[in-house]
Amino acid sequence: MSDGVVIDKLSLTFKGGSGRPALSAVSIEAPRGAVTGLVGPDGAGKTTLLRIAAGLLLPAAGRVRVLGLDPIVDRQELRERIGYMPQKFGLYEDLTVAENLDLYADLQGVVGAARVERLERLMRMTDLAPFLDRLAGRLSGGMKQKLGLACALVKSPDFLLLDEPTVGVDPVSRRELWRIVDELVVESGIGVLVSTAYLDEAERCTQVVVLDDGEVLEQGTPSDLAASVSGRVFLLTPKVGALPRQIQGSLSGRQGVLDVTIESGRVRVVVAHGEEDLAPCAGGEGIESRSSAHPRFEDAFMAHLSTRRARLEVGEKHATRTSTGDGVAVRVRGLVKRFGDFVAVRDVSFDVREGEIFGLLGPNGAGKSTTFRMLCGLSSITAGEATVAGRDLRRSGKRARARLGYMAQKFSLYGSLNVIENLRYFGTAYGLWGRRLKTRIAESLAEFDLGPRRKDPAAQLPGGYKQRLAMAAALLHEPEILFLDEPTSGVDPIARREFWRRINAVALSGTTVVVTTHFMEEAEYCDRMLIMSRGAELALGTPAEIRESVRTIDRPDPTIEDAFVVLAELRASQQP
Amino acid sequence: MNSSTRPTRGRRAAARRLRGFMRKELLQIRRDPSSIALALVMPVVLILLFGYGVSLDAERIPVAVVLDHPGAAGADLLARLTGSRHFDASRATSLFEAETWMRDHSIEAIVHLGADFERQIAADEQAPVQLILRGIDSNRARLISGYFDAVVGTWSGARLARGERALLPPISISARTWFNPSLRSTDVLVPGLVALVMTLTGALLTALVVAREWERGTMEAILVTPLRATEFLVAKIVPYYILGMGGMVLSVGLGVLLFEVPLRGSFFALFLLSSLFLLASLGLGLAISSTVRVQFVAAQISIIAGFLPAFFLSGLLFDLGSTPVPIQVISHLVPARYFVSASHTLFLAGDLWSVLWPDALALFVMATFFIGIARRRTGTRLDS
Repeated sequence: MSDGVVIDKLSLTFKGGSGRPALSAVSIEAPRGAVTGLVGPDGAGKTTLLRIAAGLLLPAAGRVRVLGLDPIVDRQELRERIGYMPQKFGLYEDLTVAENLDLYADLQGVVGAARVERLERLMRMTDLAPFLDRLAGRLSGGMKQKLGLACALVKSPDFLLLDEPTVGVDPVSRRELWRIVDELVVESGIGVLVSTAYLDEAERCTQVVVLDDGEVLEQGTPSDLAASVSGRVFLLTPKVGALPRQIQGSLSGRQGVLDVTIESGRVRVVVAHGEEDLAPCAGGEGIESRSSAHPRFEDAFMAHLSTRRARLEVGEKHATRTSTGDGVAVRVRGLVKRFGDFVAVRDVSFDVREGEIFGLLGPNGAGKSTTFRMLCGLSSITAGEATVAGRDLRRSGKRARARLGYMAQKFSLYGSLNVIENLRYFGTAYGLWGRRLKTRIAESLAEFDLGPRRKDPAAQLPGGYKQRLAMAAALLHEPEILFLDEPTSGVDPIARREFWRRINAVALSGTTVVVTTHFMEEAEYCDRMLIMSRGAELALGTPAEIRESVRTIDRPDPTIEDAFVVLAELRASQQP
Repeated sequence: MNSSTRPTRGRRAAARRLRGFMRKELLQIRRDPSSIALALVMPVVLILLFGYGVSLDAERIPVAVVLDHPGAAGADLLARLTGSRHFDASRATSLFEAETWMRDHSIEAIVHLGADFERQIAADEQAPVQLILRGIDSNRARLISGYFDAVVGTWSGARLARGERALLPPISISARTWFNPSLRSTDVLVPGLVALVMTLTGALLTALVVAREWERGTMEAILVTPLRATEFLVAKIVPYYILGMGGMVLSVGLGVLLFEVPLRGSFFALFLLSSLFLLASLGLGLAISSTVRVQFVAAQISIIAGFLPAFFLSGLLFDLGSTPVPIQVISHLVPARYFVSASHTLFLAGDLWSVLWPDALALFVMATFFIGIARRRTGTRLDS
């Protein structure tokens, strides 16, 4: 029988782009009966590779065979035998769940008894049966993703291509999707090629292909790849009273340290050679103890990529601000937001203390962005109280706004203006002028390392620089509180880590930071957080407190994501 | 493999795909109030607006009559003016007063009979009548001048018939207007509007439909299904064809019932020509949509390339015969031009096939051309 996906020396350069190849001499094999994960930073070529396999793009050079067929020449036959789910799921939002499924069943020629049976099976798999008459546009992110998958599976394909199927989807739905995929591989023996931005998902694949800059860096089983860093991964337990975030800050960027993350209240370090790389900090810097850790795929991935990337120093700023008020930067009581009949935020209360990093976490559609917009004065408040920097948002929203900095999720600077012009514009908009404006711009350029790019139009900056420029613009008027809306969404793992170091530096300088994210593991970077689900509070507290709340004998060392899953399931069982 | 495991081959499978995709299009049209509004409400609004609001005829034009030396002849002419449906005459005591009214915009013309008028008429001399017009709207001024000439002409004729002295030598023009004997502009506007209505559904609505699939990312998923490009295109054309023909029937029906526009041609000819025109418009819309792939840009291009020419270069509002030659040449590229011509023929004259065939042929060529482009642009890949 024909194999899965076999790609040999595939190359493609997009016309009109930077001239850099999207893929250069990529060779991979993704057999049937296995899940092959495509992992890599943004722009690595994952989507391009999947599209070529689906026959959506014409390769410039190389040989591509899917189920033994040429995706271009044997297009029609191939399209009858593969399932493909693009990043946007390919759903018609103005059609109901049933209508979407019927459409794809008609297109795939699934008819009669086979159709009834297949749709029943898909309903069982995805639990979408109660929502058949709901418009696809009204589904939650997780349900959309499952419907998209169901549409790709209508024909029971021999091979399944999935392009970042779980981006922005809540952890419960992510786990369900993987359960469905595993089931298909085991029961039907189909092959799956899936790209993902979540490194923990790569761990679940039979084999992983690491892509970077259009090249294959590694290919192998996750455990084999993880083994490449064995003996070089350590867990550091902080002393009582010491913040893991501070240990992380002091370790990152140090010679021989490839990756530092926070995990369940401890600091995870990947080093270049061995224990000796950690020798300089033995005993000091608030570290209580050190233990060797079992290496994961993520450790290997980061170790590999960080050696390919130029090191970036993040300047540490010292506290410039001292507390003036009661130590509470943001106070929220009984906050409610309604859009017609729909309650987007219901009765949410929390405090953000001065100088802390406060996270608003939750999957897409949980209400965190709505809450966030109300706090920034961008959206009206239906009911409840919100005070920001001592100002009541309902009464003096404008004055509150002058004291906060805001970085929107979408790039909201002027693409045709260069770095300096953008900063000058935003500075003026915030009321800075003359010498103070000049000084602040000079400081920002240095602090965010934008100097070498200061004459480049914003639109032409690489992703990481854009993000830094946006943050610099938001901080120009030295706000008391910085609001960051999904700053790490669509950013690759390396840029994400760097960005968090900057956020850390901002917080250390005394600015309060409120940040939203749908990456649960980023919760560990926050001092305290509010986890939201379906418009309501799911948990509130420090990462340690939230993890502690779900610790059981079966789950001795839960992560924030585990906590979300447990709490969300608990909530669902309480509200039938 | 045998045929049962390949249910996507053959005609039945193709028919099923087509039906499935078409049903999706119909559902989307039904759920999108704006497409229904554009296709079915807009025709009604346009017909009512043009039927009641826009008229190229002038009626009850306010004029001032100044008689420097009142007399029988002057009073007779004044009575004639008042009696005409085109004029609403009122007496001004002096030319000065009439000029004041003109400045107030309360009148549009001044008829001035000099102090010598009565004497000159009686003496059978040349008796000049002064007509002062407001030239701001030159078309209208020409129209008024024409109406006035006609009134004076009939007045002179009547005087001659009574054996009295008249202004003009006794040559009378007996004019007869064919096809539109009452010279009602509605009878010309409504047939032209049908072209506009079908351009709206044809070019504007369809300009959005393919671009929408690209923007929302559904195109990517559809491309990887067995649906073929031709099936995709047919499924996009048929629902909008039905919608466009609905708009046509609606506007023709309203024109005939509400404004008593005559329809002298056959339904078959109307059906044939509007189908061809609609297909050309749909083709244009789909060609734009599948080329630019962005809804906003597609809509802009479709307005500039489809709607505006249908308005200005089709002969719907302005007689193309009196436009400069380059404009006339360009107008031959506008599908609406042929349909407006055919529609005028069908409504006002009847099934004159000698006139209709060339129009039908031109529309057929354009429909084939545009749909051909749309087919070429509907590839099977993202980079095609």
